[in-house]
Formats: sequence, C-alpha cells, structure tokens
Amino acid sequence: MTKIGSSSTPPASAVIADEHDGAPDHLDALESESITIIRETAGAFERPALLFSGGKDSAVLLHLSRKAFYPGPVPFPLLHVDTGHNFGETLAFRDQAARVSGAKLIVRSVEDAIRRGIASEDPGPMPSRNRAQSPTLLDAIAELGLDALIGGARRDEEKARAKERVFSVRDEFGQWDPRNQRPELWRTFNTSLRRGGHMRVFPLSDWTELDVWRYIQREHVELPSLYFAHEREVVERQGRLTPISPFTPLAAGERAQTLTVRFRTVGDLTCTAAIESRATTLEQIIAELEASTTSERGSRLDDRTSEAAMEDRKKEGYF
Amino acid sequence: MPSGESSTVSRGGSPISVPTGDHDDLAQREPPSGSVALRPPLRVTTCGAVDDGKSTLIGRLLFDTRSVPRDQLEAIERASRARGQSEPDLSLLTDGLRAEREQGITIDVAYRYFGTPRRRFIVADAPGHAQYTRNMATAASVADLAILLVDARNGITHQTRRHALIATLMRVPSVVLAVNKLDAIEDPQAVFERVCSAFAELMPADVRAIAPPDIRARFKTIPISALRGDNVVRRSGATGDGPAPRGSTLGWYTGPTLLELLENAEPRAARAMPLRLQVTAVIRPGDGAIAGTGVQARAYGVFILEGRVSVGQEVVILPSGRRSRVASLGLYERSLTYADAPRAVTLTLEHEIDVARGDFIADADRPPEASSSIEADVVWFDRNPLVSGARLIVKQGARSVRAIVERVAHRHDPNQGAVRLESDAASELAENDVGRVWLKTSAPLVFDVYERSRAMGSFILIDRTSTDTVGGGMILQGGVA
Ligand SMILES: Nc1nc2c(ncn2[C@@H]2O[C@H](COP(=O)(O)OP(=O)(O)O)[C@@H](O)[C@H]2O)c(=O)[nH]1
Repeated sequence: MTKIGSSSTPPASAVIADEHDGAPDHLDALESESITIIRETAGAFERPALLFSGGKDSAVLLHLSRKAFYPGPVPFPLLHVDTGHNFGETLAFRDQAARVSGAKLIVRSVEDAIRRGIASEDPGPMPSRNRAQSPTLLDAIAELGLDALIGGARRDEEKARAKERVFSVRDEFGQWDPRNQRPELWRTFNTSLRRGGHMRVFPLSDWTELDVWRYIQREHVELPSLYFAHEREVVERQGRLTPISPFTPLAAGERAQTLTVRFRTVGDLTCTAAIESRATTLEQIIAELEASTTSERGSRLDDRTSEAAMEDRKKEGYF
Repeated sequence: MPSGESSTVSRGGSPISVPTGDHDDLAQREPPSGSVALRPPLRVTTCGAVDDGKSTLIGRLLFDTRSVPRDQLEAIERASRARGQSEPDLSLLTDGLRAEREQGITIDVAYRYFGTPRRRFIVADAPGHAQYTRNMATAASVADLAILLVDARNGITHQTRRHALIATLMRVPSVVLAVNKLDAIEDPQAVFERVCSAFAELMPADVRAIAPPDIRARFKTIPISALRGDNVVRRSGATGDGPAPRGSTLGWYTGPTLLELLENAEPRAARAMPLRLQVTAVIRPGDGAIAGTGVQARAYGVFILEGRVSVGQEVVILPSGRRSRVASLGLYERSLTYADAPRAVTLTLEHEIDVARGDFIADADRPPEASSSIEADVVWFDRNPLVSGARLIVKQGARSVRAIVERVAHRHDPNQGAVRLESDAASELAENDVGRVWLKTSAPLVFDVYERSRAMGSFILIDRTSTDTVGGGMILQGGVA
C-alpha cells in the first residue's frame, strides 16, 4: 500500500501491429452486443424468459439466442401473451419457430385473463387488447416466477423508448419509472433486483429497423409470410388499410377491396395496418424501406391515439 | 438443441449443423448483395448546459441528413403550432418524455439513430444541469466522440468545465468544441476565437496531468448555428434562403462541417492491445449434439474486449492464473481461425480446467494486472455521499466482487480548471462529484489501467441494499495486494 494517493504513471504501452482486415462490421458489432446481453441475462437471472410474439424482432431475438448458446440449447423458455386477436400466420409461425429452436413455448392468453377477472376488455366495438395485455403478462410473471424478460423493443421505434435502458428495472407492479432509471456505463450492466421486482432486457436497443432487416437477410432468418407482399381483403379507415377479419369486420357503408399489401410491423389484427407493396423478397423490402419517408410505428393505430400513448402504456407494464 | 436436430429455420439458408471443420474468417464473409458493409456505428454524445442548444443541434443533424420520418416531422409541426411557433421546433424530436415536455428541459439520456452513405451514428443526448452529471458520464463512457456545446453569448461556463472534465476522465477519444448560437451575436468570428482560446487555455494546462498527448490533439473547434443549421450539415451561407445578413454568417469559417468531423472521426485510439476477453456464458452442449466434432464437453461464450484471439493461441485464465491454449473458435455453425474485438464468439480450450462466468482470458505473454487493492477515479451518483469504509459491489462486465472503500483521496474540482485535484483532504464524495479513491476487494480485480483500455479498466459500483448503480470507476493503478 505504499503507493496510496500518488498519481498513476502509465506503463509504456505495448505496440502491436493493428490489423484492420478482421475488423467487425456494423451488423457484427450489433450482433455481438446483443449476444453478450442475452448471455448476461441467462447467467445473472434465475428464471429469464424471452417474450416471443412471432414478429420480426422476436424472430431475430430467437436467432440471436440460438447463436449465443450454440452448440448448447437456448436456456430459457419463450413466453407469448396471446391477445386472441392475432393473425393466424403469426401463430403458425410462432409454433413452428419455437419447435425448430427446441426452446419451450409458454402461451398465456388475454381471453383467459379476462374470464378470470384479472384483465378487462376495453369498451366499444373492435376493442384493442393492448391494455389487457399488461395484467395478463404480470400475472404470468408471478405464476411462473420469472425475474427477467427479454424483449425486442428498439430505441429507434418511438420517443419514449429512446430513453429506455438495456436492463430496465420494473417494480412489483410492473411499472417503469422513467425518472428513476439506472445509469448504464460502459458495457457493464447492473443485474441486481429488489424483492418482487423484475428486469426487462432489450438486446436490440441499438438496432434500427433497417439493421433488423439487413440482419434477417444476412442470416436467413425465417419470418411469417405477412411481412411479404400478398393479396388481402382490406378496408380503408382514416387513410389506413385495415385487414378484414372476424375481429375487424366490415362496417355498414364500408367497401372492401383486394389489394397487394404487406405488413411492416405485426401486432394485433385490431391495430395493425397494411401498406401497399409489391416487395416479395428481402432485397425488395430493404429497398422499399431505404426509400420510405414514414416511420415504422406510423402504421400502428395504437400509438396514434395520443402523443404520449407509448409512455403511458410503458408505465403500466406494457412491453 | 436436441440430438439429431437437423431441420432448417432459414429461408433458403444453410441448415443448422455442427461445425464441419471448414474454417473461414469473419472478415471474409461476403457482404450481402445490394448493401455496403458499413463500419460499426460511431457513438456520439452531446454535452452542454441547459439551453445551449443540444436538442436543437441533434434535431438539426437528423433533419438535414433527412433522417426524420414524415409522420414524426408532422407530429412536431403540430406540436410547434400548438405552442404558437411558426417554424417546427427541432428540439422536440429528442425531448421524448412527457415530464420533460412539461418542464421544457431534457432530463435523461435519449438515443437517436441516423446515418449518411458514409457512416452510421448513435447519438446520446446527455442533459446539462449539474444534478444530472450521471447522464453525461453514462453517455461519455461508451462515446467515440463528444460534442461540447457552448452558447456563444455565455462563453465557457462552469458546466463546460465539468463536461470537459468528465469527457477527459472518461477518455472519449475525440472531443469537438461547438460554439453555438453565433447567429445571435454581433461579431461572431471574434467571439468564436475568444471562446476557443479560453478553452485552449483551460485545456492544455490542466489536462496535462491526466490526458495523454493523443487525447489533447483530438480536441477540435467549430463555429455553428444549430437553429439555422450553419456548419452542421450544410456549410454556412448555403441555406438557399437568399444571402444571410452580413456579419451574422459564418462564411469566414473554411474548416470541415460538424457532420464531416463526425464522418471522419476515428472510433478508438489507434493503439492496439493484446488479447483480452471475458467469459459471459458457460455452454454445456446437450448429449450427443457435439459427438465426433472435437468440441470439448464445455464451450465458453466470450466477448472479445481487446485484441485478437486465434486458434492455437497460448492464453491465461484470470483470476486463477491457469494456462491453456485455444482449441477452437466459432459462432453458431461457423468455425473461425481468429476473431477481433469487439466481438462475441464461442471458444473451447485444450485443457479441461475450471473456467467460470466472469473470468477473463488473456494473451499469456502479456497478461493484464490483478490486484485486490485499486486506485480509481470515481463518478459518484448517489444522494448519500461516498465515504471511507463504505461497502459496495464492484462489477466489471460479468464479474462481481465485494469492495470496501479504504480512502477517498481527492476530489476533482472543475472550477479550478478541467481536472485539478482539489486537495488531499477530501473525505467524501457527494452526489455528482468526481474523485479519486482506494478500494480493497474481496477477490483480485483483473484489469488494465483505464487509460489503456476503457473495457478492461472500468467498473460500476452497486449499493448492496438499494441495488442501485451508485458510481462508475476508472482504474488508475493497483496497489500491493
Ligand atoms: N439564436 C439561436 N438560438 C438557438 C440556437 N440553437 C438553439 N437555440 C435556442 O436555444 C433554446 C434552447 O435550445 P434547446 O435545443 O432546447 O437546448 P438544450 O436545453 O441544450 O437541449 C431554444 O429556444 C432554441 O431555439 C442557435 O443556433 N441560435
């Protein structure tokens, strides 16, 4: 302890040839960060789970999880909160992707939660089940004893998400407190929890929508067919193309049309609008996005309700 | 994965299979058709006092590089009109949270993503008031470049000094002093030069104590108007709104625009390091999954922090000190001969030795230091002061050890210049103070001094009761264990 208080004298730095030919590129850097976050989650928590909706972001998360633990198995289950308003294609894809990955799939249903009185249906015709999703999820967390949930949210999606941490603490009511977030320095994450709380982990925080698509292309990640152009019966409502389904039937005076469309983001049938598109391949989707002037969530009806919609839903425990 | 699993998940892609022994390098992968393989994104942080124009500047960068989607632009146009403003207020693009909008100030770090054909950027908007030093430290800890924003009308302030101190301590590789609001001032050129020389006076004298010459050389200065966009993406005078009034343009400035500085910045110091990696997962393949592949019973998920790892390389595992050799390297079904930092890969060792999550693996000939007694600069975030005798958890990546604060030796005082030590008498660090402490740890910390490696020389401090992150530390040296 002779050196206490003295200022440091840096050792002569070792000089090594700096070879750039092996340098990771943009997608490698994002992938490596995400894999490390997923490994850290699996190692630091007792019972983590991956929130798996069958959308493109969760498909990428599942792919990253397989890469992170290969040649071992994905060491946590997949959890889907099924609103009962999903596209059939999404559910079929969800089951297929889970089977192929070998990970256990756990489904908890909003309808079930409504029946049990844990959640309530929003009033009015064609109710959105976004609100009912939060209590259903919190109930599943308690039932399964989960302490960490890996989710696919990205900071580029929405302004409230731009401030989200990678490891984001939720209290026992599942609430997010934007004014009391832990600072995240370097790449060292604080994974400690207080009793009753749990962690939401967002390994794709620093990815943009285009990064996700380019990665899907590079890695040949399988996706539901909804993301690719196809013919579909839709109705135009407030300038948006709503798919016609048992949950979103044609109203009096409305006219259905069959158009070539695809979905840029896939949520519930009640809140996802289609876009007209002829993009049937990943190359074409990426080209379309590069030329696009509208944000991804611009086609989500649920975010449009109010400027602060997402922020409020997050405070309530929405993913 | 269950044994015998051989189905594919990929759309026309390669089937998932065990390594076949066809070695190739990550670097040799073909870029996907139709897209350029970009360099890793440059992480930028903006710092300045409240109202210096940070939000406006980031909004301007996004707007002028056409990175703002139409629907978002329409939303801020609506919001600006509702407040009675005729022009869209670009600062609304980053002021995301309701609490902030109500108070009209940025209160937390927000991240923005944009790109040009040359490079991609991740911008952290770090707020300016004194009680939020922690946000600036958070953003600076991973930043490749910091923009220090100064309001030309105020010149260098206490906040500028504090931010310069943190950027220097955090070893942000490049720092740009951007003198803003020069459109609102009489003789902008003279004011700009005055601010720059005040800053130059501040920096060399006081930074010398801690900043190596290559860091000092990385300070750049630029005159801008974030409001009008002068020298941000467009050169001053090139607005196309007709000639700007004489005396208020920045046409006399002939250097690069801010965007050009960002596009050309080097993300890290050119100095290369010997191999350092950390084990982040111990992988136990399921029965049979790796039969006949030569893969050991255990593989390690690792993150390469510094340098290059190669198959056959002699390595040392720390803190145990055991030696081995890299038997195989790979990621998923791909085998590799080598991989470079910063990269997550999976590796196996030639010897069956005990390696745990959080352990470090390093170049056997040039290992890092290990010590249970550490001198470090600490940024303190907690409302309760840091005092001698405090018990905390030190976390370095995936490794946690217990620690006791042996001594708070100094407090850095930004008022005395960027980084002058206040006195030897400091006995505690208050919230948002930066100071020098000695820690004793329950097990040796494995490290390289922070000045050489941000990844190997940093740690966070966690309060054992509240579980909060209460500080960030940068290792200066190890003592005698
Ligand atoms: N005249 C002038 N005003 C500016 C400039 N940049 C920002 N402002 C104004 O300064 C105020 C504070 O800007 P803001 O971006 O919110 O600052 P922040 O608190 O640092 O994020 C706003 O009224 C801006 O319009 C500039 O270049 N010139």
